[in-house]
Amino acid sequence: MRAPPVIAQAKAATGIAGFDEITGGGLPHERTTLLMGGPGSGKTIFSLQFLAHGAQACKEPGIFVAFEESADRIIANAESFGWNLGKLRPKRLYFLDAQPPSDLVHAGDFDLCAMLSGLAIQAADMRARRIVFDALDIVMALLPDAAARRREIYRLHEWLLERGLTGLITLKSGDDEAAEKGGKFHFMQFMVDCAVILDHTVMQGASQRTLRVQKYRGSSFDENESPFLIGSSGFEVDVARPQWRPDTDVPTERISSGVSRLDTMLDGGYYRGASILITGYSGTAKTTLSGAFAEAACARGERTMFVSFDSDSGEIIRNLASVDIRLARHVKNGRLSMVSARSIAGSAENYLVRIKTLAKEHRARCLVIDPVSTWYKSGADLSTYSVAERLIDWAKSEGITLLCTRLLDEMSGPAENGSPLQISTVADTWIHLNYLIQAGERNRSLSIIKSRGTAHSNQVRELLLSNSGITLADTYSADGEVLMGTLRWAKERSAAAEAEANEASAELGRVKLDAEEAELEVRMKALQVELVAKQLEKALLARTTRGHASELSRGHQRMRELRGADASKAVPK
Amino acid sequence: MSRPPLYKFRLYVAGDALNSSQALVNLNALCSHHLQGHHQIDVIDVFEEPRRALADGIIMTPTLVKLGPAPYRKIVGTLGQTRLVLQALGLKNPDG
Repeated sequence: MRAPPVIAQAKAATGIAGFDEITGGGLPHERTTLLMGGPGSGKTIFSLQFLAHGAQACKEPGIFVAFEESADRIIANAESFGWNLGKLRPKRLYFLDAQPPSDLVHAGDFDLCAMLSGLAIQAADMRARRIVFDALDIVMALLPDAAARRREIYRLHEWLLERGLTGLITLKSGDDEAAEKGGKFHFMQFMVDCAVILDHTVMQGASQRTLRVQKYRGSSFDENESPFLIGSSGFEVDVARPQWRPDTDVPTERISSGVSRLDTMLDGGYYRGASILITGYSGTAKTTLSGAFAEAACARGERTMFVSFDSDSGEIIRNLASVDIRLARHVKNGRLSMVSARSIAGSAENYLVRIKTLAKEHRARCLVIDPVSTWYKSGADLSTYSVAERLIDWAKSEGITLLCTRLLDEMSGPAENGSPLQISTVADTWIHLNYLIQAGERNRSLSIIKSRGTAHSNQVRELLLSNSGITLADTYSADGEVLMGTLRWAKERSAAAEAEANEASAELGRVKLDAEEAELEVRMKALQVELVAKQLEKALLARTTRGHASELSRGHQRMRELRGADASKAVPK
Repeated sequence: MSRPPLYKFRLYVAGDALNSSQALVNLNALCSHHLQGHHQIDVIDVFEEPRRALADGIIMTPTLVKLGPAPYRKIVGTLGQTRLVLQALGLKNPDG
């Protein structure tokens, strides 16, 4: 009779966000599911939501058998969830009050035939497909012995199977149950096709609700505990990773961080859909940077949500206005939703689910959580870590650009080491803000520790806040030290003065050399003139000497001629 | 000495289920012993009249309802514990 595993088993959708994903569609169709949990764990709400969804969305009318509370009270309590149970009555949703009256006298064994035969007719009349037996343990407790209890539960189970109803039976599992090995109704877990356990614990003062599918015959399911929340529209179960999630498109679009120089440092800004982490000690302007991002997003016309765990939204708007980040108008036109979630109550899971719901309602494209570190005040470390991871996963799958800030404890060591929320490893971009204390000043610095998939500046910049906004200044590094604030200013000034002096002395040297050069030139001219004079003199001297000599020889000739004595040495011509 | 009042009972049974039959037997014995005919028993089989059981708010079978005299009483079970049943029905001291 068993269907081959390839064919998906028919499921009855519960309409509970997250639960249908965990179980791949809902409760086993036409089978029985057991829902166990302590008092106040949400069994009744789960069951009601299952019926309301069936009646409204699946055309599956349902019957609610109330063993514990009266139908009217249940409906009144569920009023706030907006399921309109009153309108579904009695045609699509039938309530049977089955509380044993307090003055009921028990005298011996009994069975549930009266109820079941009545319900059989009722179910046939209204073509019911779903049925809930809420708090079956109440009536079971009246039965005299374990054998009778077992008999009645099997009777009920048979009855359900015979009619092909999708049944949901809820049972209280209290401390007394645990004491008995496996509890009074342990065998029921073997009998049913699906068993779900709800748990409500308080860990370190924070309330934490979890849901776990214990068994599910013939279906794969998420076996882990999943946190859940009873929100304004009912159950909301948080799925760690939705099974069978198609790969999301990886966006390449860049969006502004709200600070233009930071965009430059990031080679164009954040990636859309990325998760950005800003870490820093308190007062390092984490909120301011977040605000700048939110403002830029709103200015682009994107719906944005700003969740603050530290301050009221009004305070944030006022404080950010002092650095020219104007959020008020975006709140007014509805683009920006400011959510103040003071870190007083609730577990990390609660926050996560609440944030998800609010973001969905707001249709946010950009989300700021300031600071995410509040979470590890509430709840165990392990679960908080997984919450941060899930937050990022979820934002990614929704294409929401997520900016989280994390407050670092000033007592603890540098950036990386051991906060339970190791969100930094999963974040795409990590910006670290720090203080540099020098010469009696604290100055803010900004550096990009990592930014996946983008070229980014390796430089530490000084973060300047003024009433005209945020700017980043180059830090002054000289002789291997980084200077900021007035030291940077002083250093810049003194360097400028030094440069000026250098220039002046160079100028002086140049003038001097010019003068020497000019002098040399003058001297050269004078010498040239002298040279020419000397040359002339020399020429004159030569001519005079020659003239004299020829005169002399001419004189000798004449003398010889006159003497006529020496027969001619001279060759006659 | 006035006539004892008429006891009106309604017993919801589930066909011939064992505990339902036991209840009927126990009730008959109890009435004949303590009420000497001043009683009326209306037996309703929930398998034959399922709507009625639902309308009357009967969840369990067997259920005995004492319609009169006041006070109205509902007793669930085989009615085997005679003392308890008598006490519940106000018949502790039948000769009084």
